[in-house]
Amino acid sequence: MAEKAPRALLIKNGIVFDPLNGIDGERMDIAVLNGRIVEDVPEKEAYVIDASGMMVMPGGVDIHAHIAGSEVNAGRLLRPEDHFKDVEPKTATARSGVGHSVPSTWTTGYRYARMGWTWVSNPSMPPLEARHTHEELDDTPIIDKATYPLLGDCWFVMEFLAAGMIEECAAYVAWMLWATKGYAVKLVNPGGLECWGFGGNVKSIDDVVPYFNITPREIIRGLAKVNHLLDLPHTIHIHTNRLGQPGNWEITVRTMDCVRDIPGTSSTGKRSIHVTHVQFSAFGGDDWASMCSMAAPIARYVNMHDHVTIDMGAVVPGDTTTMTADGPFQYGLYELTGNKWINHDVETETSSGIVPYHYRRKSLVNAVQWAIGLELALLIKDPWKGAFVTTDHPNGAPFTTYPRVIEWLMSVKAREKTLKRVNKRAIRRMVLPSIDREMTFYEIAILTRAGPAKALGLENKGHLGVGADADIAIYAIDPDRIDPGRDHRAVRRAFERAAWTIKEGRVVVKDGQVVSSPRGRTFWVHVELPDWTEEAIRSIGDAWTERYTVSFENYPIPKHYLARPYKVVRKARLEA
Amino acid sequence: MAVCAEVVLKPKKALRVPVYAPCIRPDDFAGLSEAEIGSLEVLKGNRKVRLAELFEVKGDAASKPEELTICLSGDFGKVRQVGFEMTSGRVVVEGDIGLLAGEHMRGGTIEIHGSAGSWLGSRMLGGTIIVHGSAGDYVGSSYRGAADGMRGGTIIIEGDVGSELGNHMRGGTIEVKGSVGLFPGIHLHDGAILIRGDCEGRPGAFMMGGKIIICGHVPSVLPGFSIIRISKSVKFGKEKIEGPFYTFVGDLTEGGGGRLHVSKERNSHLSHYESYL
Repeated sequence: MAEKAPRALLIKNGIVFDPLNGIDGERMDIAVLNGRIVEDVPEKEAYVIDASGMMVMPGGVDIHAHIAGSEVNAGRLLRPEDHFKDVEPKTATARSGVGHSVPSTWTTGYRYARMGWTWVSNPSMPPLEARHTHEELDDTPIIDKATYPLLGDCWFVMEFLAAGMIEECAAYVAWMLWATKGYAVKLVNPGGLECWGFGGNVKSIDDVVPYFNITPREIIRGLAKVNHLLDLPHTIHIHTNRLGQPGNWEITVRTMDCVRDIPGTSSTGKRSIHVTHVQFSAFGGDDWASMCSMAAPIARYVNMHDHVTIDMGAVVPGDTTTMTADGPFQYGLYELTGNKWINHDVETETSSGIVPYHYRRKSLVNAVQWAIGLELALLIKDPWKGAFVTTDHPNGAPFTTYPRVIEWLMSVKAREKTLKRVNKRAIRRMVLPSIDREMTFYEIAILTRAGPAKALGLENKGHLGVGADADIAIYAIDPDRIDPGRDHRAVRRAFERAAWTIKEGRVVVKDGQVVSSPRGRTFWVHVELPDWTEEAIRSIGDAWTERYTVSFENYPIPKHYLARPYKVVRKARLEA
Repeated sequence: MAVCAEVVLKPKKALRVPVYAPCIRPDDFAGLSEAEIGSLEVLKGNRKVRLAELFEVKGDAASKPEELTICLSGDFGKVRQVGFEMTSGRVVVEGDIGLLAGEHMRGGTIEIHGSAGSWLGSRMLGGTIIVHGSAGDYVGSSYRGAADGMRGGTIIIEGDVGSELGNHMRGGTIEVKGSVGLFPGIHLHDGAILIRGDCEGRPGAFMMGGKIIICGHVPSVLPGFSIIRISKSVKFGKEKIEGPFYTFVGDLTEGGGGRLHVSKERNSHLSHYESYL
């Protein structure tokens, strides 16, 4: 497929936003050769794109969106009515597809590409379901992907950490990343999911998990140390305890604070934790009646510390499907809504749940949730720390609503318009009406591209410097002529429909239409370990046989299972 | 032949492939000439064809949809979505009609002299559907998986009906003069269902509100229902249905407060419930 792509490409006269290289709206040319950005190409030999009056950014990077795997597929099966209202016909280059909040794999790839996004991280993959996840990721075209195995409630991880065997735990985590072709360590409600196996949950990060004699704090700290030892490209990626419950903001701050002293890795620097979809973890109040926004203290904490990055998990009013590995949270949501639901236990690893949900502007809680997502991004002064644009697709809203989120971030007027239509009682419980910050295109480029790429430790993504992958989005909007604060709708429309999307030097979208659909890569991390670790990992084989329905030998994904893998090699800081 | 008016459609030959024809409704036909009606597009299988390729079209349409009657003469058992979202006027079907007749209908009348397929009047908002024959499953229901069934209007069926009648129904009335299959009024939220014949079983499963009246035989009442009284008669719209009826509340497994009225006379095997009164 790649042969047909023009080898050389020249994007002329675009107004470029490339925050990682400090370029803030300069008119310049971008040259591409063989899928990489280069200094210059001869104009005669290149395919020339005239981007005058247009905005050029690196391809979008989504740090957290559930686009593949068994829970997404279960969501598809659960929600025929979600497909029915959103149908995409076949075209000469694109397959047909369905789905609004849980679109089919091909449609997912096309829709991301149409918005100018070229990287998506699929969080929360139950390690046991890795094959399924990779099969779906292989069928998600155009975009590059990575997936994070859930390791926070894994029995072996908890046992190693409870016994203080941090190096053995690191070896096991590295083996898991290799076995499941994962990219980062994901924790969901650490300890809580194991309690859910007995119908319980943890209420603070110092509650003891039954039978394991370990607390969430020890799991989080332990895995953060493991992350440092393995020198992984990303930090630990955490979904906090008590997510989605009123008054959970304190536990969120404690979670961030508990790893303050743990060093990061060679690519993350000082950063040691990424807290994801913080909107769901920033509720104040004692119950649903008194629930309010506590985005401000969380933003204050992030402003004062350098070891944290976060993403928004914004809520956009509308119909969607919630799906997380957080079984107890999903069960609570079912009890709240009475909707149809799925709850599931994945052997020794994790749990999961799915409930369809409709966010209503007129609901007190939903209106506050909408505000929290935006407040987080607007109150954090340094956009490199967050809050990166996500909707925790599909939990807060489908990813297709990112342009709306960008619109709200860039325009007070757009926010005021929505504020007029939300629940009136909710307005006293948020700080959003008092915020007059309007983000610039430069800041948006950080929140949607450069920031997440840096947080993920992606060296060749999220920027347009020489040597970077030629993943480029061009939007039909002239940032010099438009005032996004006033003309916010034009901004939204531009982000909804990229004029051009270029993936690895190949034009994939033109005028909002998919024109070619190459296969994207799947990134995974291979950690080089010292020899002793092999013995340590093999020694769990007996316990494995007792606990798993799959044998230890059959568990790892075979070598050639992924269609287009990309191996990121790291060297563990373990003693030989 | 029943009384027929302005526009008549007749199949040119028997249809073997399903035809999706949401345009067969007074709103689309109004103000069009015979030729223009014939050039409207429908889906035959996965192909777009013109109406005139499949049907003989006779008569020009009146300019206002409410003055228009569309008469479907012959076998329309393969034609789906007739009267989709129609707001006024009449559609008269002289034979059978396929799936999804009157889907999301807002007003007007559909009269079917033969039988109707499944999903009759699904997501209906208003208007009237009269079936002189029988109907399939999911009459007045929601789209598969959704929770928004029929919200208004009236469906009257003189024959029998299949399973899951009024699934997720939220308003309006359904009257069945024959008997019904399993699960009538499943997930009923509001509205009223009258079954003059027998019920195959499990009426009102998961019902949260609304009313189901069964004048015939029911094998059993689900355990989620609790008897509250014996009613002499029950109101169905303006009509008074003479009983006596065992009146149950349920479905209590879902915390529902719907009313299920079951004929006392025809269900002597339920008399043990009287001991709970």
